[in-house]
Amino acid sequence: MNSFLNALPGAISQGMIWGIMAIGLYITYRLLSISDLTVDGSFCTGGAIGVMMIINGHSIWLSLLAALVVGMLTGMVTGLLHTVCGIPAILSGILTQLGLWSINLAIMGMKANQSLNVNKYRLLVSLRYLQDYNKGVRPITQHPIFVVGVLTLLLIGVLYWFFGTELGSSLRATGSNPCMARAQGINTSQSIVLGLMLANGLVALSGALMAQYQSFADINMGRGAIVIGLAAVIIGEVIFGRLFRNFALKLLSVSLGAIIYYVVIQAVVSLSGINSNYLKLLSAIIVGIFLAVPYWKGKYFAKPVRKGVTTHA
Amino acid sequence: MLEIRSISKTFHPGTVNEKTALDNVSLTLQDGDFVTVIGGNGAGKSTLLNAIAGTWFVDEGQILIDGVDVTHLSEYKRAKFIGRVFQDPMLGTAATMQIEENLALAYRRGRTRTLRRGINAAERENYKAMLQTLGLGLEERMNTRVGLLSGGQRQALTLLMATLQKPKLLLLDEHTAALDPKTAAKVLDTTQRIVERDHLTTLMITHNMRDAIAYGNRLIMMYEGHVAVDVSGEEKKRLTVEDLMQLFEKAAGDSIVNDRMLLS
Repeated sequence: MNSFLNALPGAISQGMIWGIMAIGLYITYRLLSISDLTVDGSFCTGGAIGVMMIINGHSIWLSLLAALVVGMLTGMVTGLLHTVCGIPAILSGILTQLGLWSINLAIMGMKANQSLNVNKYRLLVSLRYLQDYNKGVRPITQHPIFVVGVLTLLLIGVLYWFFGTELGSSLRATGSNPCMARAQGINTSQSIVLGLMLANGLVALSGALMAQYQSFADINMGRGAIVIGLAAVIIGEVIFGRLFRNFALKLLSVSLGAIIYYVVIQAVVSLSGINSNYLKLLSAIIVGIFLAVPYWKGKYFAKPVRKGVTTHA
Repeated sequence: MLEIRSISKTFHPGTVNEKTALDNVSLTLQDGDFVTVIGGNGAGKSTLLNAIAGTWFVDEGQILIDGVDVTHLSEYKRAKFIGRVFQDPMLGTAATMQIEENLALAYRRGRTRTLRRGINAAERENYKAMLQTLGLGLEERMNTRVGLLSGGQRQALTLLMATLQKPKLLLLDEHTAALDPKTAAKVLDTTQRIVERDHLTTLMITHNMRDAIAYGNRLIMMYEGHVAVDVSGEEKKRLTVEDLMQLFEKAAGDSIVNDRMLLS
């Protein structure tokens, strides 16, 4: 129990960082109704860019900005493969993700991982700072939970604003009903590309933060990211769905979903002593069940639908 | 206002499912024409509307709206000129968005969408007044998600959206077919009122011969991908269902065997 409580702040921090990634996924999965598999690659791209920029002497903020921009480019590639080349969205994401494997290695100087020396740089978030805070040598304002929390609220604010604009509304309309969107003069292809760019920008930003937090980038750091992201989206909806109706609160619930996911995983590891290599299997099973439940509910427990009276009289 | 110059469209060419849906169709609509379109299943009515709307490109021919050649313009670009209501009430509105959000999207049809607010207070008042004219009480439910509305309410809303920015051309694809008779009548009345008020050039597909006769100033009947009957003016005013059947038989050289049309 003690080990769990000690690990709790770390789990929450990680959950919050993944939460930013999950918010990106929410944009594609929920608003555009696309399962975007690019994220497994673009998360790592963000981490790789972030670490390499810092190692090469650029500022922390510039490294995060670069991760965001390059992440958007990865989303653009998937979007163009889907809209211009007519490749199904899922396959477009897989293609980009596969290509990114090589690109990510190239970014990291053809190495499978690159580490950051925490003592050498003043990072934005780091596991070390969390430990320092516990020792009382760092103020709470440098605690990862505080820093990522502020950043998350800031991002939610920006997204809330954006999706309330004319452009953001057209993006939501595209996801809700592409037929209606086109009839109202919305370029749905452009909306999809834009949405994928926005989402992967956030995913890469999250990857860059994660790399800072764990002080290394690793070619495998994005593996299964989409599952973790989906878990966060679904957990958030299941727990806060009835409570949070406002769009900003929905985004917040995604972030909270990611935190809950990591806390639960941490609890399983700490309390059951399960080999952590089984965690991905566990995640896949949990997310699989959560995705299946709405389908089963609709199929076997649906209330009889009153069919509209159709007359051609 | 609308000029269709011998357009043709064949689906699945070179396969067993090959179907010539539009066969050298020409049609010119004057400003303010309200044309009803009838015809059996597969006669090419919806295909004609989709060709005009740009759901896909035609194989041959040209389409001009108000003098602008739109033949090669994509669907979303043509939307600038066209207001549409579909047969399926689910198609014309975004179910997960609020009534006012749907209206705001429609209000911006044909304009560049920027980073300005998606909806403002002045618009809201405007929408409220417009919803009031529908007489469905929707003005009290501006923040309701459209998915919670009935089919009739959604069609009425779609109609309002299609005409919010006065379109050069209004395309109605059996927009009352999925509604119960009472609701259908109400939506048709609203259609008539809006078309007359705004003097809209309109193409309305219907399966109901009586409606086809009662509404509009011109009636065309389609058969096997071409316009078989074209009646307008005084002649249309005097038209009866029996006349229509005879006209069809003459044009098609065939008796009306389509049960859907007989039922009408």
